[in-house]
Amino acid sequence: MKAILALADGRVFIGKAFGARGEVTGEVVFNTSMTGYQEILTDPSYCGEIVTMTYPLIGNCGINPEDVESGRPHLSGFIVKEACPYPSNWRSTMTLDDYLKQNNIVGIQGIDTRSLVRHIRDNGAQTGIISSIDLDPASLVQKARKAPSIVGHDLVQEVTCKEAYHWTEGPWKLGEGYQQAGEMRYKVIAYDFGIKRNILRNLVSIGCDVTVVPASTPASEVLAMKPDGVFLSNGPGDPEPVVYAQENIRQLLGKVPIFGICLGHQLLALALGGRTYKLKFGHRGGNQPVQRKSEGQVEITSQNHGFAVDGDAIKDAAVLTHINLNDNTIEGLEHCQVPAFSVQYHPEASPGPHDARYLFDRFAALMDKHRKSLV
Amino acid sequence: MPKRTDIQKILIIGAGPIIIGQACEFDYSGTQACKALKEEGYTVILLNSNPATIMTDPETADRTYVEPVTPEVLEKIIEKERPDAILPTLGGQTALNTAVAVAKNGVLERYGVELIGASLDAIEKAEDRTLFKQAMAKIGVDVPRSGLAHSYEEAMEIIESVGFPAIIRPSFTMGGSGGGIAYNREEYEAMALAGIDASPTNEILIEESIIGWKEFELEVMRDTADNVVIICSIENFDAMGVHTGDSITVAPAQTLTDKEYQILRDASIKIIREIGVDTGGSNIQFGINPIDGRLAVIEMNPRVSRSSALASKATGFPIAKIAAKLSIGYTLDEIPNDITRETFASFEPTIDYVVTKIPRFTFEKFPQADSTLTTQMKSVGEAMSIGRTFKESLQKGLRSMEIGSYGFESRLFSSPQEWGRPLSDAEQELLNTKLHVPNWERIWFIADAFRANMDIAQIHSVTRIDPWFLFQIQQIVEMEEGLVKLADLPLDDAEWPALLRDAKQNGFSDRRLAQLFGKTEDEVRQLRHSFGIRPVYKRVDTCGAEFVAHTPYLYSTYETECEAMPTDRKKIMILGGGPNRIGQGIEFDYCCVHGVMALAADGYETIMVNCNPETVSTDYDTSDRLYFEPLTFEDVLEIVHIEKPLGVIVQFGGQTPLKLAVALEQAGVPILGTTPDAIDRAEDRERFQALLFKLNLLQPDNGLARSFDEAEKIAERIGYPVVVRPSYVLGGRAMEIVYHVDALRSYMQNAVQASPDHPILVDKFLVHAIEVDVDALSDGRDVVIGGIMQHIEEAGIHSGDSACALPPFSLKPTIVDEIRRQTRELALELGVVGLMNIQFAVKDDTIYLLEVNPRASRTVPFVSKATNRQLAKLAAQVMAGKTLDELGIRDEIIPSYVSVKEAVFPFVKFPGVDTLLGPEMKSTGEVMGIDTNFYQAFAKSQLAAGVHLPVKGNVFVSLKDGDKQTFIEPARRLVAGGFNLVATRGTAAFLESNGLPVTAINKVKEGRPHCVDALKSKEIAMVFNTTFGPHSVADSYSIRRTALMNNIAYYTTLEGIIAAVDAVLSLGREKLDVVPLQEYYARQ
Repeated sequence: MKAILALADGRVFIGKAFGARGEVTGEVVFNTSMTGYQEILTDPSYCGEIVTMTYPLIGNCGINPEDVESGRPHLSGFIVKEACPYPSNWRSTMTLDDYLKQNNIVGIQGIDTRSLVRHIRDNGAQTGIISSIDLDPASLVQKARKAPSIVGHDLVQEVTCKEAYHWTEGPWKLGEGYQQAGEMRYKVIAYDFGIKRNILRNLVSIGCDVTVVPASTPASEVLAMKPDGVFLSNGPGDPEPVVYAQENIRQLLGKVPIFGICLGHQLLALALGGRTYKLKFGHRGGNQPVQRKSEGQVEITSQNHGFAVDGDAIKDAAVLTHINLNDNTIEGLEHCQVPAFSVQYHPEASPGPHDARYLFDRFAALMDKHRKSLV
Repeated sequence: MPKRTDIQKILIIGAGPIIIGQACEFDYSGTQACKALKEEGYTVILLNSNPATIMTDPETADRTYVEPVTPEVLEKIIEKERPDAILPTLGGQTALNTAVAVAKNGVLERYGVELIGASLDAIEKAEDRTLFKQAMAKIGVDVPRSGLAHSYEEAMEIIESVGFPAIIRPSFTMGGSGGGIAYNREEYEAMALAGIDASPTNEILIEESIIGWKEFELEVMRDTADNVVIICSIENFDAMGVHTGDSITVAPAQTLTDKEYQILRDASIKIIREIGVDTGGSNIQFGINPIDGRLAVIEMNPRVSRSSALASKATGFPIAKIAAKLSIGYTLDEIPNDITRETFASFEPTIDYVVTKIPRFTFEKFPQADSTLTTQMKSVGEAMSIGRTFKESLQKGLRSMEIGSYGFESRLFSSPQEWGRPLSDAEQELLNTKLHVPNWERIWFIADAFRANMDIAQIHSVTRIDPWFLFQIQQIVEMEEGLVKLADLPLDDAEWPALLRDAKQNGFSDRRLAQLFGKTEDEVRQLRHSFGIRPVYKRVDTCGAEFVAHTPYLYSTYETECEAMPTDRKKIMILGGGPNRIGQGIEFDYCCVHGVMALAADGYETIMVNCNPETVSTDYDTSDRLYFEPLTFEDVLEIVHIEKPLGVIVQFGGQTPLKLAVALEQAGVPILGTTPDAIDRAEDRERFQALLFKLNLLQPDNGLARSFDEAEKIAERIGYPVVVRPSYVLGGRAMEIVYHVDALRSYMQNAVQASPDHPILVDKFLVHAIEVDVDALSDGRDVVIGGIMQHIEEAGIHSGDSACALPPFSLKPTIVDEIRRQTRELALELGVVGLMNIQFAVKDDTIYLLEVNPRASRTVPFVSKATNRQLAKLAAQVMAGKTLDELGIRDEIIPSYVSVKEAVFPFVKFPGVDTLLGPEMKSTGEVMGIDTNFYQAFAKSQLAAGVHLPVKGNVFVSLKDGDKQTFIEPARRLVAGGFNLVATRGTAAFLESNGLPVTAINKVKEGRPHCVDALKSKEIAMVFNTTFGPHSVADSYSIRRTALMNNIAYYTTLEGIIAAVDAVLSLGREKLDVVPLQEYYARQ
């Protein structure tokens, strides 16, 4: 069955439908990870996006019940060169196609994905539409042009939890599955802007008793729970319109240690009076080199962001701790006075390399230090 | 960190000759390393005995020692050059072992030389099984369960923890002999006892069998700041149990979830840190249990490996070059990525295509060898292919092999109409065996299994190949079933374009489609072109298109966007040699690379087409543009179409491109240099005879036989012995010397099927003739001799297997002059423009012409190294239109020193194979010895080839009658030089009667102790053994095989024996001197 991808700038790709039949719009982006499509599908940060996988063969390992980063896929659409109908992996329970159908995610396959990626690279990420209903390219281009941009749009509201909940699952281990929480040493409140479960699992692994709260939970309510630390999660889209979160962070700063990842990092920077801007086509993949400025060590990191922090405005408030070696964008910062730090990339990986796990330990150390300072 | 300034002089050790398991990839890595270090301003000293390498070009390093790669020679070089450091990690296991030897014997310490890249500790920790196992236990990485046993009791204790099936490996036996897999207690007891007995240290390793697990490899790099990156993951198509060098492998890994991949990644990082490889690349192999994902690390190479070369080509990340830069102190984040230019080497490549590597075997050369694929590597080369899907990549890989396959041709069914029919019992049994027992043809039998209605589960259960791979083949088979039905579709049907495009997207060649459609390849191509269906070319860019790629490293696929962006410069395309095989190896890649260099220097844009990932030619910065593509007519024609070069050079890459010449010319492609017609004139027997007649030149009496009767008549006319071979053969394929009519009958009936289309050539065999090889250069007007080489072994031994000397060591000057004259005549008559190689035989002062090849020959690099005149470069310039006169090339260079080339053989890898030489080529590589006199140069060539030349001891002699008389004089010299003679009765009696002291010894069938016992107990230092006739060959087989397995010097031709006698005497008299090429050249 035919499907068409049309971009707002008029570029059209004709391929075959896969996953759910239908029509979706979203910002068309690409991810260069060769593994981890299931984690990518279920990462809430992809809300509002149509994700193209640069690796051509996707679905080889099928879908299993374990490798999920949230309860369901959040992206708008999925683009691959060739989806595998016959997966092979000891944990696989269904095909990618079935999974997308089950979750009503529209996909397209069989297009020249490299050509699409080059187009996005050269012309920037932009709105696009996948349809297996309307097969008129001109009409689709029009629809893509009319679709809302993600800039200035608060997508957090679409993915955050409705109510607070408690999290106890630890990291995954071969042969054992997900670990159960051990000794709980810290009470941590995690703001859910679209949180990935592996962040929570990593928090559990360092001894956190984690309560996840909705994005709009006031700072006062959080402080009332007397946490040892507050975590600012990843999430989709533009950080600027998420003003309520920035305001809450401002109120929390200095009162409790804060650790932010991705959108959480951007919101922290905005709360410090900084500025964010949209990258041409973002960083999405598992091979981004990030340098720790203090030691010069390079970490290979997992990334997924379309916006970045502008360092100039927060030079006085924060130390820039990490930079991206590909384009020198800011990858991490640390507050000069109060216990708060954040990174743009994903130390929880899933998918991606585990080089930056130490950041969770750093959060634990920060909470220890803060606790001692209170005594 | 900036580069180190406390070291200035770095010695790099090369890998020596091409052998199974160590091929051109180490020229690629070594050349990259030399260039990288020179670029940084270091003085680079190189040791490598292989002349057919780019790394031993005098420009590559500052001081180039073409000397044996042995600890003794290395010590002499260290003494002479006083390097600050040795980089041992880029020359394969040979370089590593040699470096370890001088580290352990105190030489490095004595001269204050540092090992860079990997320390002695790290190397030992990685290579010693016990230390490695301890290191893995320390970091919590599983290895297969195992234990060492020295007795029956110990063996019984260990099996309790290891379980069945268990692998038994006796320690220190060559080629793993005496080991095996035990599936039950009974088998285990027998094997354990036999293994303990077979091991010289009475030790066996008992290991948990992980045969059938999935096999993966990761290529890892680390710098001095402890940054670690993974360059590439590779998944083996074949399950554990087949050596990774013999497996079809795929990059990136296909069947791992991210969770599982990250476990491998984490383990790899821990391993490289624990083993302590300070800088550079390592290769780590893992097994994964497909049932539960359990992982075990199999081994780690603390150096750049064959897989590193593959990973470099697969990703565009130049591992060896970066490894060299890391070794002198740079960190990954300081080294720019050449392809993107804006990013650095501290990242992990991501690819947006699928890479398939398929090994190339030459079992046809070794009919006695067991062709089962095991943990002992047997392949001699490989091809790599790139496609946007696995199906495309795999099908491109199959046609890159150059074994006459263009896709999944059936091995069982004679036509598509038979697909699905019931198999006979014999066919079923053949199919089961071919699926169950790993073998090189298995992939085609898998397709047939689907055609025979087996399903994925069934095939998986017998092959253990992951169902994902099997499914991909099943899809191809199903597509074929659909395509067959198109045979009757009218050509104007509107369905055609979409169907054809779909087939091409899945990697089907025109030729395979033609078979399926019942059309000709040309018809399919015309049909395809009529719809405008042509490939596009995508770039290998390390980054999945995230950044702009500045290097035109391209592969074809059938998609929409083409990134080739051809220029309008004047350009020349050079076709490479494809996968290495016996008879066509690195020598031809050397010629291609030199062609590229010369044309680039003359201002041409150079375009390289090749599919061999091991080579320098497929390095993206060798040529201006690299097309990593199969060397088939279809694939080359499409590249010509997009690039429109001024001309294509086919005479550098060996037979592979040469075979395409006529078809390409007919398709309107301009072929540079010697015309395809001239090539045909030299290859077509009748036209060649007419040519000789015209020039009044001699060839051995001969005839063309289309049946046994005809052959018998010819043999009777010209007299036995005769040389028989199929017409149009490569590397002496199926060539034999026949002494009697019975042998002729047996050959005609068993070895080859003669037919009117495939006649057999019958030539008079010239007994005890001297063979001479000549390489010459011509521009069509002038002819300049590149070099004249006198073979050591008599004519009849394939020229690729003979040792030879330049200049000739015993030919009369008048003969040499006559050879020069004939060479000139032939070159001018054929209209050679470029290179030409001629083989002559000289018998009783008469010169016979054996063969003319108007193309680059295997000896071009040797001659170039011996004379310091780079023939292939000049040939390329001549082909592009320059005259020899313009190039200032007028006279032959006759060096004042002697260079000897010796061949290196793979016999040790093939149990059961005899080591006798004949007209069929068997060597995998070559070495060069240079010295001021022939005997010292010959001695060096022997040492370089791994022969342990003795300077004293017992020499065992067993000669055929015809050779005995000639041996008397050399025997006298041996005895005078302090050697003792030991001989079988016949030879002993003969030598004694000639006044020589000799000890008689039993032949094997005469009772023990016999000569083989003496060999095994190391009482013999050297073996001279010539044979005549099948009985004598069979009787003495165990002598040669035992000598081989015990690393005792052996010679099996009279001429070789005589040279060896004088070589060992010379070695005893003079001390071995080491001199770099640059010094020899300065003496000229």
